[in-house]
Amino acid sequence: MPRRKKRKEIFALGNEAVVEGALLAGCSFFGGYPITPSSEIMEIMASRLPALEDGVFIQLEDEIASMGAVVGASLAGRKAMTATSGPGFSLMQENLGYAIMAEAPLVLVNVMRGGPSTGLPTCPAQGDVQQARWGTHGDHPIIVLSASNVQECLDMTITAFNMAEKYRTPVILLLDEVTSHTREKIELPNDGEYEVFSRTVPSMPPEWYKPYEETVRGVPPMPAIGSGYRFHVTGLTHDRNGFPTQRPEEVVELMDRIHRKIDQFFYDIQLVDEVQTDDAEVVVIAYGSVARSAELAVHQARENGVKAGLLKLKTLFPYPRRHTEKLLAHAKTLVVPEMNMGQMSREVKRVNMGQAAVRTINRVDGQIVTPAEILKVIMQG
Amino acid sequence: MSTFTGNEIIHQYLRHNKKFPHVLCAGCGHGIVLGTLIRSIHALEIPKDDVVVVAGIGCSGRLAVYVDFNTIHTTHGRALSFATGIKMANPKLNVITIMGDGDALSIGGNHLIHAARRNIGVTALVLNNSIYGMTGGQSSPATPLGSTTMTNPYGQLDSNFDTVELARGAGANYVARGTVFHVNKLEKIMTEAIQRPGFSVVEAITPCHTQYGRKNKFKNPVEMYKWMKKTAISVERYAELPEDKRAGRLPIGVFVERNRPGFEESYAQLRSKLQAKGGK
Repeated sequence: MPRRKKRKEIFALGNEAVVEGALLAGCSFFGGYPITPSSEIMEIMASRLPALEDGVFIQLEDEIASMGAVVGASLAGRKAMTATSGPGFSLMQENLGYAIMAEAPLVLVNVMRGGPSTGLPTCPAQGDVQQARWGTHGDHPIIVLSASNVQECLDMTITAFNMAEKYRTPVILLLDEVTSHTREKIELPNDGEYEVFSRTVPSMPPEWYKPYEETVRGVPPMPAIGSGYRFHVTGLTHDRNGFPTQRPEEVVELMDRIHRKIDQFFYDIQLVDEVQTDDAEVVVIAYGSVARSAELAVHQARENGVKAGLLKLKTLFPYPRRHTEKLLAHAKTLVVPEMNMGQMSREVKRVNMGQAAVRTINRVDGQIVTPAEILKVIMQG
Repeated sequence: MSTFTGNEIIHQYLRHNKKFPHVLCAGCGHGIVLGTLIRSIHALEIPKDDVVVVAGIGCSGRLAVYVDFNTIHTTHGRALSFATGIKMANPKLNVITIMGDGDALSIGGNHLIHAARRNIGVTALVLNNSIYGMTGGQSSPATPLGSTTMTNPYGQLDSNFDTVELARGAGANYVARGTVFHVNKLEKIMTEAIQRPGFSVVEAITPCHTQYGRKNKFKNPVEMYKWMKKTAISVERYAELPEDKRAGRLPIGVFVERNRPGFEESYAQLRSKLQAKGGK
C-alpha cells in the first residue's frame, strides 16, 4: 500500500481557510461587497481568482447586486460564492429567495457580528441563526452549515459547495467572528482526498429537456446557460417547463419537490460531532466558536465526575433532530450556550418536547462564552 | 421568393410550448419593442443559444417568457446584477436586459449607474412608459412633472429622470433613445447597441394607455402614438432648435458613442497578464 502523501500545513486565518476550501471545491466565481468581519474572504479571492484559468472576481456596488451576480454566474454554469456579514446578509435575502426558487446552487458565507442593525461590527455574535433559516420570505427549505475552528472552515466550505451542487440549492455557511479571525495551523488536503461534486447536467436532447422536471432525487439536471438548452428561469412559482403558473396542482408539485429534495437526504445533510455522549447525562449542544469552549467544559466536568458530553452541530438547518433525540434516552439536562438570546435553543426545545431540562446560556455583549461559564451550568446538573 | 413580412421572422423566435395569449394590453408598445429586438438579433444572425434575455419585474419583465432564447425573469430592479454575473461567467454570450422605467431608474438605479461605470458588456433596454403598469398605475421616476397617477392624484411634484443623461453621466459606451412609433429607427438603434462592446443603454418610449394614458388626457392608445409622432425629434434637429423651441420636444437617436473596452475584456487582459507570470 502506498504511503499517504504528507499533507501540506499552513498557518491560516478562518477566512483564509474558507477561500482555500472554496478553491478546492472548484469555486471559480466570487462576487461580493466588503463588510467586517468577512472582508478577508473577499480580499483573498480578489488576489487568487484572477490568476486562475477561468477565475472571476468582481466587486459589486452592494450586497443585493453581489447576490444577483452570484445567481447569474451559477445559472451560467459556475460554482459561485459570496461572503458577507449580518447587515449585508439582510440585503442578500431577496436574491437568496430567488436562488431557492430557481434552484441555483451557490455558497453564501455569513460571518456573524453583533446586531441588530449595524450592531457590533468587530465583535463576535451568533445572532443570524434564525435569519439564515427564515430571512427570505415564503416557505422554503435551506441548508445552513457552521464551523468551529479553522480546519473546519476549510472542510465545511467544501461540504457547502458539494451540498449546493448535489441538491441544487443555496447553502449558507454561518461563521462567527472568533472562528473567522482565529489563526491556526491547518492541513491542506492532497489532490483527490476530498470528493468534489458538480451538478448533474442533462444527457437528453435539448428538445426533451424540462428544467424543473420531477426526478427520483427531486433534483432536476441543470445545464449552463448557453450550452444549447434554452429555457426560462423565474422567481415566480413555475411549472415543469419553468413557466409561471398559479394552478394549485402545479404549485403544490413544485413546493413539495423543493422541500423533498432536502428532506429525504437528512442522513447526508445533518452533520454533527459528538464528544463523550455515549453515557452523557448532561449534554451541551453548541456550534461555532462556542463549541470549543463547550468541549473544554465537558472535559473539565468529566474530571469532576459529571457525565457530560458535547453535541457539536456542524449543520444548523435542517436541525439535526435524530442526533439530538438519540441523546434524550439518557440525558437529564441539555445545556445550550450561544452568543444570542436563544435562537438555537428554540430548536432544541422543539425537539426535546419537555423530556429533559433545557438550560440556556446567552451572551449578547460581544464577548465569547467561556468554558468556565458553561462548566458552571453543567455542574448544576 | 416569398414576400418579406415581420411576422415570419418573429414566429421563428416565439416559444411554441408557452401558453399564449400574452399579458399585454391592447395598444401597449412593449410587443413592438420585443419585435424590434427579435428582428435585430435576426439581422445580426446571432444563434438563439448565444442570446440571454434577462428581465426585471412588471409588464416588461414578462416579455422574456415568450421568446425562445435563454431567458431569466429576475427580481425587481436587479436584472443588471444577474446580467453582470452571467456576462462575467461566460463573456461569449450576448446578454440583453429588459427593464421597465421603475426597474431601471428606481429600485435598480444603483445597478444601472454601476453597470455603466463598470462598462460591462450588456445591452440594457429600458422600456419607458412613465408609469408602474402591472402594480396598477403608480408614479415612477420617469413620470413627467404634473402627470396624474394613482399615487399622485394631485399631480406629480418631483421631476422625472432623464435616462439618457443618467447613462451618459455614469459612463455608458452607447446611449440612445427611440420610440415605438419610430420603429425602424428603434430597430437600427437596437442593432447598433447589441453590436457595440461595453455597456449600451437603449431607452424605448412606449405607451401605457391603460394606466398612464387614460388618466392624462389621452382618450385612446392611438392618441398616445400621435403624441409620440408629434413630440419626438431627431437629436440632430433638436440640437439646431433655438432654446425656446425645445420645451416639450423629445430628442431621439444616438446620444453617446464611446469606445472604452468592456469590463469583461479588461478583466480577460488582466487574467492573461497574470497567467503569463505563471499565476499568482
